[in-house]
Amino acid sequence: MKQERMKVVRQAQIAHHIYEITLRGQIVQDMVPGQFVHVRVTDALEPLLRRPISIADVNKETSEFTMIYRAEGRGTKVLATKREGEEVDILGPIGNGFPLDKVQAGDTALLVGGGIGVPPLHELAKQLNAKGVKTIHVMGFQTADVCFYENEFLALGETHYVTVDGTHRQSGFVTDVLNKLQPEFNVFYSCGPLPMLRALEQYYPDKEGYLSFEERMGCGIGACFACVCDTTDQDDRDYVKVCSDGPVFPKGTVAL
Amino acid sequence: MNRLLIELPGLTLKNPIMPASGCFGFGQEYAQLYDLAKLGAIMIKATTEEPRRGNPTPRVAETSAGMLNAIGLQNPGLEHVMNHELKWLEQHDVPIIANVAGSETADYVAVAKRISTAPNVQALELNISCPNVKCGGIQFGTDPKTAQELTAAVKAVSQVPVYVKLSPNVTSIVDLAQAVEAGGADGITMINTLVGMRLNERTGKPVIANGTGGLSGPAVKPVAIRMVYEVYKAVNIPIIGMGGVTEAQDVIDFMSAGASAVAVGTANFVDHFVCPTIIEALPEKLDALGIHHISDIIGRSHR
Repeated sequence: MKQERMKVVRQAQIAHHIYEITLRGQIVQDMVPGQFVHVRVTDALEPLLRRPISIADVNKETSEFTMIYRAEGRGTKVLATKREGEEVDILGPIGNGFPLDKVQAGDTALLVGGGIGVPPLHELAKQLNAKGVKTIHVMGFQTADVCFYENEFLALGETHYVTVDGTHRQSGFVTDVLNKLQPEFNVFYSCGPLPMLRALEQYYPDKEGYLSFEERMGCGIGACFACVCDTTDQDDRDYVKVCSDGPVFPKGTVAL
Repeated sequence: MNRLLIELPGLTLKNPIMPASGCFGFGQEYAQLYDLAKLGAIMIKATTEEPRRGNPTPRVAETSAGMLNAIGLQNPGLEHVMNHELKWLEQHDVPIIANVAGSETADYVAVAKRISTAPNVQALELNISCPNVKCGGIQFGTDPKTAQELTAAVKAVSQVPVYVKLSPNVTSIVDLAQAVEAGGADGITMINTLVGMRLNERTGKPVIANGTGGLSGPAVKPVAIRMVYEVYKAVNIPIIGMGGVTEAQDVIDFMSAGASAVAVGTANFVDHFVCPTIIEALPEKLDALGIHHISDIIGRSHR
């Protein structure tokens, strides 16, 4: 983990309130899929705190990485104004990412994402494919105009998009897709809203799975105890910190 | 000669900068980023006799140039802190100020008695001002008589000097400061957070699960400066000032108002290197003011 002023390479709006920003700097060399960075959007004191944002794409050759975020709050709206050549203060990479060693070449991984939880699964899909793992992507969104990266996922494997209101592809939730599809796979990976993670855990009680969590954070490095979650372990370790112990946990670790 | 050296009861500070309690854990996380020996001291996270799990989440909310928190004194308990966190800190050449919390006098006394025997704990910070726990802390910090009695009870068992952390959520902070001085306090740390609330724009309900939280960050600095200024005039024990410190000029301001040293809280979350950055910037600040030693500016507002 390092703090670095990274250069904006490009930024574009890719869906309604959804932005894609690419930054260049040394800390890209340390990134693994599922980790996040803690972003300071201004050198001024307002807005004050950093924003935790997941890593959607990593290119170690060019030292560039990409974040996809929803610009709805005070901080992300400021981030959305950054143009090519400007600098952004990044602390990272932070946390434990998705474990890649749980699947081998020839295995199949199921990747399930929801809304703004979809981005970290893109870099994961890239790296799994690179090691010969087949990936199946099931991605859920609220509505058509907030969908993104469908072509990027299609390029990496079998991809199913679903919207709650049915305005793009199938209608319903990711579990409706899974009901129809009944995919064969070895391990699942997921990131998205809590109800989705909960539903997935219940849907695959006997499968190995890894879930990425989100919680309001302060420091982002484990010192302030803002982002604690209860665990299912009542004795030895009854809480975890999402920032430094996660954000990815094995299925069944966090009490949902 | 070290222009930043400050001597306080129990503490020889190589510089007057220390992270504030609750904003730095027990140091392990920040030790991944820089050498903790650069710091004047470390105020470690509040320790209670038994482990505490803290409040439900959300525990933090951002506000204009500030933040609210209601962590709820989550900590692994006295024995764990003695055997693990403080043990681990021994490898770093930095004095530790142990923040002591509890629900009643007996808890404070038990924690103070034991934690003050740790070899690297050079002072205690008596937390009578946490606004975020229902039972423990704040009731000791709002009544002068209770505060004085608790200070005396802890002083009687502590092996090291005792500083008392004052709450700004009182009618007269001077009354509290004088009461803890009368109770035998060796110093005062101030201010803890201001009780505040932020509402969800859509539902109109508090954002923080606890309802209220403690406000910190640059937004509170003028309140803290005013209170340090008033307390400095009213007591004869040293003050460690805090509240919204983010840069070297803030340190100059707090020391001018009467603080002998300064703690940095919320800014550690924004710029994780803020403490060493401030320490490095201080000599230049002193040069600009034509001041040789930093102790020369303590209380200059009053001269």
